[in-house]
Amino acid sequence: MSHAVHESDLTRPASAPAMLEVKDLEVSYGKIKAVKGISFTVGQGEVVSLIGTNGAGKTTTLRTISGLLRPSAGSITFQGKRIDDVPAHEIVVLGIAHCPEGRRIFPQMTVEENLLLGAFTREDGEIGKDLQEAYELFPILQERSKQPAGTFSGGEQQMLAMGRAMMSRPKLLMLDEPSMGLSPLMMKRIMTTVRTLQDRGTTILLVEQNAQAALRLANKGYVLEVGKVVLQGTGRELLTSDDVRKAYLGED
Amino acid sequence: MEIFLQQLVNGLTLGSLYALIAVGYTVVYGIVQLINFAHGEVFMIGAFGALATYLLLFQGQTALWILPIMIIGAMIASVGTAVLMERVAYRPLRNAPRLAPLITAIGISVFLQEFVRLFFDKVPGTDFPSAKAKIPFPQIDVVTGRAFHPMEGVTIQRAAIFTVAMLLLSAVGLWWFVNKTKLGRGMQAVSQDPDTARLMGINVDRIIVVAFAVGAALAAIAGVAQGLQITNVNFKMGFIAGLKAFTAAVLGGIGNIQGAVVGGLVLGLAEAFITQYTGMLPDPFGQFGGSSWKDVWAFALLIVILVFRPQGLLGAKVVDRA
Repeated sequence: MSHAVHESDLTRPASAPAMLEVKDLEVSYGKIKAVKGISFTVGQGEVVSLIGTNGAGKTTTLRTISGLLRPSAGSITFQGKRIDDVPAHEIVVLGIAHCPEGRRIFPQMTVEENLLLGAFTREDGEIGKDLQEAYELFPILQERSKQPAGTFSGGEQQMLAMGRAMMSRPKLLMLDEPSMGLSPLMMKRIMTTVRTLQDRGTTILLVEQNAQAALRLANKGYVLEVGKVVLQGTGRELLTSDDVRKAYLGED
Repeated sequence: MEIFLQQLVNGLTLGSLYALIAVGYTVVYGIVQLINFAHGEVFMIGAFGALATYLLLFQGQTALWILPIMIIGAMIASVGTAVLMERVAYRPLRNAPRLAPLITAIGISVFLQEFVRLFFDKVPGTDFPSAKAKIPFPQIDVVTGRAFHPMEGVTIQRAAIFTVAMLLLSAVGLWWFVNKTKLGRGMQAVSQDPDTARLMGINVDRIIVVAFAVGAALAAIAGVAQGLQITNVNFKMGFIAGLKAFTAAVLGGIGNIQGAVVGGLVLGLAEAFITQYTGMLPDPFGQFGGSSWKDVWAFALLIVILVFRPQGLLGAKVVDRA
């Protein structure tokens, strides 16, 4: 009896119990299948990176997890509960925050109004405290708290989008291409913040085209190609894998 | 000078009415990019709701305290109609091509007119008059009755003052709702970026219902104001008023709430002044003045605006979703 338990433990991947489990996920836009049956898990406290080129299905996957798109097959389980038929506005309440591709801040609202919208579903009395925390994470946001967010640079908008996502007190933070279109310096700044959030115990699902930066941060990584997972492993394994180096890190 | 002041009064009265209705077009457009051409009928049903409330509960009375209850009755009728049409007719078409809800709107408009015309005197348990002809609207103490004459040649109807006052009240209330309440902020977020609003946990379906309800509540107030002003209601009253208010919303910049109020007032004033002063021109131009030409001038103004400033006076809030 005890022997059997031991054996099954050995076959299980050596990671934390899954907080998010995506299984055989398929998503279509009309007749075009963008995601063709991918599976992955994100464990409590982990940083998991999905990497791959344009059109690999990374953004589609995140948008399906957050409920903006519906899968045509497969399942998404968050903390033991199927969420693939839960409306997007209720998924936030369950504890998943999605910081979307292209930041998507509300341009005509001030920084503070944007941040407060991140806490839209919360009824507790600690929203003010979390606002201060967001300002501590990104001091520039406090300096400009009354400015319309549309006047910000790309990097500042990214900070705002991340701060806004954190305002819902997520258990799982999904970041879609946070470094897209940023200067190398700003990219470094954003990645440092991801590390800070990780150290604070936030579970993060990170989508990036910048594979090197994403894999360095990651406990686990999945390489996507045209809607399928083609490689998976720990961040370090993928960083040193010949296939990944050739295809995504620009080395030969 | 009296002529100018009199037209100023007329223009502001008319403009306030347009503004109250125009808000409904603009709020709904700002959230779902739909021109709800049945909104004029929501206004008409507001007037009939107020009338029905009066006939059921207060027949023969004129006390002022009846008026707020009539307004509540108007709002129940208008908001109920608007919410129902959203649920039954527009929501199933949310992802259909733009033309489908637009044509549906025209269909609903005809349906509601005919429904009121044929059914008003057949509402069970009532003895309402037939709506096939005009029905006199109740006259209420203080807000109707003897007009004011602040100076020689200038007349201000009591109902006109009521209309302008209701616009002021509504504008302040609306400003507070949109900027100071959580639901209002949610509305702004949905109008700027619906997908991202959902990621914030905002229930977009609910916000859309709120937008229809807010517009309908203001249209209900306008319905009561119109009834008091012209002292009767009829099933067709929503058609021209709706078109004018739509013009006002476009004039101010569709999707922009302040724009709808400004557009309404500008359209009302333009109508009043153009018809007055064109009528005073020497022949052969004088014949284009007078109140029978006012609709021509109003819609001519719409065409001019669409050609030279299609985004409207205050400019629609076009969001760059980069």
